Amino acid sequence: MDYTNEPDCKLPLALIVNMPELKENPFRSRIVESFSEDGMGNLSFNEFVDMFSVLSEMAPRELKAIYAFKIYDFNVDNYLCKEDLEKTLNRLTKEELTPEEVELVCEKAIEEADLDGDNKLSYADFENMITRAPDFLSTFHIRI
Amino acid sequence: MRSSRSVAHSVSLKVDSCQMDSDYENLGGCEPGQVFLLQYSGGPAAGCPDTLELCEVREGTATSQHVRDETPGEEQISSLRRNHWSAATLKVLSAMPSRTAGKSSAAVISRRSRPQRHRTSPRDSSQPPRPIQDDFSEADVGEASTEGAAGNNFWFTGNKKEQLVSNLRGLSASEAMRKLRALPFCLADKMELRRLAFSDVATGSLISRNVPCYSFLSVYISRTWRHCLFSCHSVLGSLHLWQLSTKRLGGRFGTGVVSYFLFLRMLLRLNLLLLVTNGLFVVVPQAIHPPPLRDSHLDNFIGLNLLTGTGYLSQSVMFYGYYTNTTVTACQAALSTARSNGGSPDLPVRDNDRCQTVPYNIPAAYFYTTAIAFFITCIILVYSISKSFGRSFHVLKSNRNLAVKVFCTWDFKLSKKTSVRFQSEKISIQLKELLSEMISGDERKSCLQGLGHLVVNLLTWAVCLVGITLGATGVHFLSETTIRRGAVRETELLLLSAAVSGVNLLLPGLFNLCVWVEKHDSPSVYVYVSIFRNLLLKISIVGVLCFRWLGRVAVEPESRDLKCWESFVGQELYRLLLMDFIFTVLYTFLGEFLWRLFSKQVLKRNRKPVFDIARNVLELIYGQTLTWLGVLFSPPLPVVQIIKLLLLFYLKKSSLIANCQGPGQPWRASQMTTLFSTLLFFPSFVSAAVSIAYTLWTIKPSSGCGPFRTLTTMFHSGKLWAQELENAHPVLSWLSWVYNSLVENPVFLFLATGVFLRGRTKGSSSPNCKPSVNNSIWFPLIDE
Repeated sequence: MDYTNEPDCKLPLALIVNMPELKENPFRSRIVESFSEDGMGNLSFNEFVDMFSVLSEMAPRELKAIYAFKIYDFNVDNYLCKEDLEKTLNRLTKEELTPEEVELVCEKAIEEADLDGDNKLSYADFENMITRAPDFLSTFHIRI
Repeated sequence: MRSSRSVAHSVSLKVDSCQMDSDYENLGGCEPGQVFLLQYSGGPAAGCPDTLELCEVREGTATSQHVRDETPGEEQISSLRRNHWSAATLKVLSAMPSRTAGKSSAAVISRRSRPQRHRTSPRDSSQPPRPIQDDFSEADVGEASTEGAAGNNFWFTGNKKEQLVSNLRGLSASEAMRKLRALPFCLADKMELRRLAFSDVATGSLISRNVPCYSFLSVYISRTWRHCLFSCHSVLGSLHLWQLSTKRLGGRFGTGVVSYFLFLRMLLRLNLLLLVTNGLFVVVPQAIHPPPLRDSHLDNFIGLNLLTGTGYLSQSVMFYGYYTNTTVTACQAALSTARSNGGSPDLPVRDNDRCQTVPYNIPAAYFYTTAIAFFITCIILVYSISKSFGRSFHVLKSNRNLAVKVFCTWDFKLSKKTSVRFQSEKISIQLKELLSEMISGDERKSCLQGLGHLVVNLLTWAVCLVGITLGATGVHFLSETTIRRGAVRETELLLLSAAVSGVNLLLPGLFNLCVWVEKHDSPSVYVYVSIFRNLLLKISIVGVLCFRWLGRVAVEPESRDLKCWESFVGQELYRLLLMDFIFTVLYTFLGEFLWRLFSKQVLKRNRKPVFDIARNVLELIYGQTLTWLGVLFSPPLPVVQIIKLLLLFYLKKSSLIANCQGPGQPWRASQMTTLFSTLLFFPSFVSAAVSIAYTLWTIKPSSGCGPFRTLTTMFHSGKLWAQELENAHPVLSWLSWVYNSLVENPVFLFLATGVFLRGRTKGSSSPNCKPSVNNSIWFPLIDE
């Protein structure tokens, strides 16, 4: 992959997720996929820069919220439904919670954050929830 | 993948420096990128590579592509098209409430998304005309729909882009850059927007011919400056202290622990500032002209002097007694340095015509440097508090929200496998606890249990308060004893400092024990209680010491046979700082290293001791308070503090890695940073500033030593100097009027500062507090 002669090359997902900053992150493939144009995780240089700029310290809260929502939306349907939450939880806890506990957590989480009552979290619900988490800016941050 | 986009991206990569220039001026175009050929091979499964020709880069990003393939009419449209987002991404972006009218009609999206899948396939490069025409019709459809933002050509339909650009132009440069950064577009689009918004002169014409000669030089200078700045950026980045270390620590221990080290770094910078100001304006001028009188029997230096600050050091540049109340000039004539009354005129020595340099009044310099250094530190601290407040505006709210726990607690900085595993465990435990609380939380605690908790809490509070009182009383008693005893041996001088440091070391352990016994509703309450107790301890200790110095030693220096009480106070502070450091080293070694060995070998437990952030941060704040108190009495004291902080960083880092684990409780780092900065400002800096102000305004300086020796208060030196200046140069009388109204009226200063900071706080906090307002600025056509 010769960047000088082919500046348009795209790095495959498998290569990017092996970066030391991302290697152990449970959401690494989702992160890379949400910044890639084709949705498959192949990043061009600009997209790569985008990714780390959104994850940097200087990115504003709103931008981080938009991309955090994309990352957690596993089935890319623009809503955080129960299945998305379940997948998120399993990745967070490395399957340490029992299925009943997972189910309960998802239900309660949706109950707490859902404002329009459609049993799933839209971006507006998610953003509203983020404003109640002052730590979001410091946890949703990768330092390179 | 279309060559248009890829070429555009590669063009934008190659001409980075030109893009920077276009921010303010697009003169002379882009030298490297006038015309060049790009060999493009599109995508992994691409067919034949196309060779494309680029015209001038400014237009290049817009008009580069498909020269062979397009008719001129469509060139405009496809030139605006930049991104071929996948259907999935488009759906997400299009349905976001910041861009749509609220209702996303999935049908329209799916209808539009299908042909795009067609287009993103690289095989289509063999049939260019059809997709382009598809796009053209898509663009029409996109524009016609009510969801103007949705659709593939979302922002490249002409008037949308122009609207965004005109929005950007309407703002000031920094505001516009901030808004631009917050837009959820990809990098290439943002660069395009920036180029369009900021290059007013850019579009189309050949700029170089239109530059008037008189502004060419200024443009050249500013462009060269920008280039220098950007090349220095990389150098400055490497000078960013401890960047790699903090990253590694964050990767292993999480955000909470890193906040301690970042706080340490901030303190280091503050001290550097103090050192530079004091060094330049007070230490160096006096060091060039050392005072004539020296007590010769104090001339031999013994090792203990370094620890106690007496003997040889007491006559060195370290302490107040070294400084004279003379006006020094840069020339070496004996007469010019021999004046020894505080009211010496400011005129250069008449009988030595070679001295043309400006005379330097040491007392005034001493006074003003201290005052101005404190003022600048105050501004910096309040500014940093306002900045961190803007980021975390829910400061003391405890968080029981399950959804937030799921989405916002994972620390993305962690990169070490064991830490990641540890964090997963922590999160599972917290979730389980929260769940059990929620399920059983509705049952009211029985009366007896509640009462039991209350009693236990009251007991632990009583124990802590008694401990603090005992510690403070002990220090006070010791201090009074040493005052009454008069002159003492050098080793006995260390007794007070050792006692203070011992109290500071042992009592926080007691507090930790009490916290372990207590039960609170939420984990963060433990942290706040612990911080508050440590703070009370430090405040009482510093209060007792201040009373000793300002209330006893300064007022009756004869009782201690002191010729120079200010030097004595400076020496005490020096000793306190050193002892504090020595005891910290001891604690790190004994408390962490040996305890870990002990618990592993003897108690056979595998858990390492927890890094106590609250205690360590308050230690830092305490040390900084002492430094601020001591700056008046010992101008080079920040050197000691800087060396101490540097050593402390490496010590704590190695101790952390070898011996400790991260804190078990959830550390909300953003709130903690705000809290630390607030604690640094409010009890610590304010008390130091008040003490210094009290000393300057009311206490009589000793008559035998120091730069203020003939004055009634230190403050008079400033007044006298102003008067002399006015006498010598009557034209500067307005300056003395300003001085009188500003300095004598501190209210005016605080008002001005308050107004400035309020404006700054408003600016910094608004974007984070009102995201919806931001959106409505940017998508005016789309909302409602």
